[in-house]
Amino acid sequence: MAQVQAKPGVPASRIAREPASVTSLAQPTPQSNPDPSLNGVEMTGAEAIIRSLENAGATDVFGLPGGAILPTYDPLMDSTRLRHILVRHEQGAGHAAQGYAHATGKVGVCIATSGPGATNLVTPIADANMDSIPLVAITGQVGASMIGTDAFQEADIVGITAPITKHNVLVTDAADIPRAIAEAFYIASHGRPGPVLVDIAKSAQQATTTFQWPGRIELPGFNSGARPHHKTVQEAARLLATARRPVLYVGGGVIRSGASAGLRKLTDLSGAAVVTTLMARGALPDSHPQNLGMPGMHGTVPAVAAMQKADLIVALGARFDDRVTGALSSFAPHATIVHADIDPAEIGKNRAVDVPIVGDLKEVFEALVPALAEEHVKHGKPDLEAWWAQLDDWRTTYALGYTPTKDGLSSPQHVIQRLGQLNDPEQTIYVAGVGQHQMWASQFIKYEHPNTWINSGGLGTMGFSVPAAMGAQVGMPDKQVWAIDGDGCFQMTNQELVTCAINEIPIKVAIVNNSSLGMVRQWQTLFYNERYSNTDLHTGHGTRRVPDFVKLADAMGCVGLRCESDADVDATIKRANEIDDQPVVVDFTVSRDAMVWPMVAAGKSNDEIQYAHGIAPQWDRED
Amino acid sequence: MTKHTLSVLVENKPGVLARVAGLFSRRAFNIHSLAVGQTEHPEISRITVVVDVDELPLEQVTKQLNKLVHVLKIVELEDERSVQRDLLLVKVRADARQRTDVLQIVDLFRAHVVDVAPDSLIIEAVGNPGKLEALLAALAPHDVREIVQSGTVAIGRGARSITERALDRVATA
Repeated sequence: MAQVQAKPGVPASRIAREPASVTSLAQPTPQSNPDPSLNGVEMTGAEAIIRSLENAGATDVFGLPGGAILPTYDPLMDSTRLRHILVRHEQGAGHAAQGYAHATGKVGVCIATSGPGATNLVTPIADANMDSIPLVAITGQVGASMIGTDAFQEADIVGITAPITKHNVLVTDAADIPRAIAEAFYIASHGRPGPVLVDIAKSAQQATTTFQWPGRIELPGFNSGARPHHKTVQEAARLLATARRPVLYVGGGVIRSGASAGLRKLTDLSGAAVVTTLMARGALPDSHPQNLGMPGMHGTVPAVAAMQKADLIVALGARFDDRVTGALSSFAPHATIVHADIDPAEIGKNRAVDVPIVGDLKEVFEALVPALAEEHVKHGKPDLEAWWAQLDDWRTTYALGYTPTKDGLSSPQHVIQRLGQLNDPEQTIYVAGVGQHQMWASQFIKYEHPNTWINSGGLGTMGFSVPAAMGAQVGMPDKQVWAIDGDGCFQMTNQELVTCAINEIPIKVAIVNNSSLGMVRQWQTLFYNERYSNTDLHTGHGTRRVPDFVKLADAMGCVGLRCESDADVDATIKRANEIDDQPVVVDFTVSRDAMVWPMVAAGKSNDEIQYAHGIAPQWDRED
Repeated sequence: MTKHTLSVLVENKPGVLARVAGLFSRRAFNIHSLAVGQTEHPEISRITVVVDVDELPLEQVTKQLNKLVHVLKIVELEDERSVQRDLLLVKVRADARQRTDVLQIVDLFRAHVVDVAPDSLIIEAVGNPGKLEALLAALAPHDVREIVQSGTVAIGRGARSITERALDRVATA
């Protein structure tokens, strides 16, 4: 029987007196499903990894084997509780696990070998860190005795990912495996979610150990979040009841917390204007009359203007990102700021906060809604008529739109808008890459439910879409998943369509093909005198079409369709929707000159938003 | 920018020092000095960091440090309410003729001679950074061959212990 190896001076089993923190719950995730009969069973470290993943409630994992993780792939083959999807590139495994986590709310899991396998996970891990996605990455490491010798396929992945993980750990003793994995799931999913990497030496996978699933999680230094403070909630309610130009600034935290119902209540009760950031699209239905849409660099004029003119901004799980605030010094100059977030480090990080509320958004709404109702009883509902008259005027005058193309080719906005209109918002998940198509997909598709819009917001990872869509489809097999991708993004990660075809994961991919790195090209048009340095991709209309996306789709076992004019858009989307047993790739050839509007140029004030090229809104038209 | 002394209590786990130091550099903070060692509890180490930073970014870095899983507690120690000490070792070339001058300086600063060779001395001094700076200035006219200095270690005055509550949170076997 293998002994639990303790570090010198550290007791082998650490039993707390009475836990001072809230971190000692019995289960690492709500999905945990530990099998008590495993405790005390002798097995290899590799088997302990598989049993631990099962115990933690994982059902689908994405990965690719290699030397240092090979021992683990052997017992994986016999697992009846784990479905392993063999990807074609580890980056795909990471993004798939992200898409899976985003769509389901569960912890996403990816597995890779040491060295290059592990470093290929770096981008998805950084992405998950920026967008607060619960992710557990398991990597093989060279044998413990080889660590530090520049062994074959050795990389210090714990060192490499330290700045981009919520936590990470190297395991060299097989006995530590169950606890390390249980803690990883716990840390990834509690408090502000994020990625945790568990690097496991090959020697630990091969060693024999006695399996012991931890009865409780003991992490004295881990704070999974405070409960919202009564006093500050009261103050926030008082401000909301008395403000004349209130805005709820809704961020991705509302989605991660699963707090949409609470947001709806606060929205209805407060009567405030609501803006939903790129990470929060779908947190409040777009059909809700108080939803002004997305704020920020490519936000709607009413959403951007509402923040600039607000006398109160209640930030809910948002982080005052530069893409939202524009030049910070002139952002929302008249607003008192209430900031509610589960991560205290976000509060006051970018913008000074008047009323801080630290807590899970669900609990914040549970406290704030009745507190606001009480304020209304005391003081009556605030008169927001003038505010809404102003907002509605902006909405009418500066509605989202686009101008027809001049070259006769399809408008990318039309393609994306029709995708949104022809698909059922209940049944469809949209997953975007990064660039113009991402912005248009956020602007022109109407989202009615949380977790139906998945994208790479913080890190802005091109190539996110196809593998993330694959993961979303695995997690939500009954939903229709449309990846909305650009021709640039698509060429970074399309190899995962092979994975989709082989594993019968029937995602649909709309390539909005403008034959260029469109967003970069837009900046070159606007800021670099139309000097198009290295943005031409030769994939579109009138080019050599290398690669030909339809042929490429066909070669990868997918159905490839092409659509070259506005007239064919509807029929093509319908045809794609009829195919449900194979992945479908649609090459929508569109104009390359279309630009994303409105726009606040980088580093400029939000007051300088342009509604369309060269057109600035007239703010005080009515006054 | 002002100098701040932070005591960071951490779980004694591999890599924890690198995580803490890395966080400072990643957020563009200049670490003035850093010292680390075990506490009265073998599971807890104490890192003393001196940083040059304004109030607001200091709050941000403290909050970020608090997010590290192995960080248990962070306390800022103010100058007047704490005892802060550095250790300095200086190798001075001094033959029999110069030795008296050097020894006089050693006495003045209540420093010690910890090694003597026919043509050199090693001086050990403990004190706050100001005192050590003054000692070095006094030694400057002599032939200083080597200087090595520890990071500042600091402890709050009075009976209260900052490790107490952190200890409650960490297991005892």
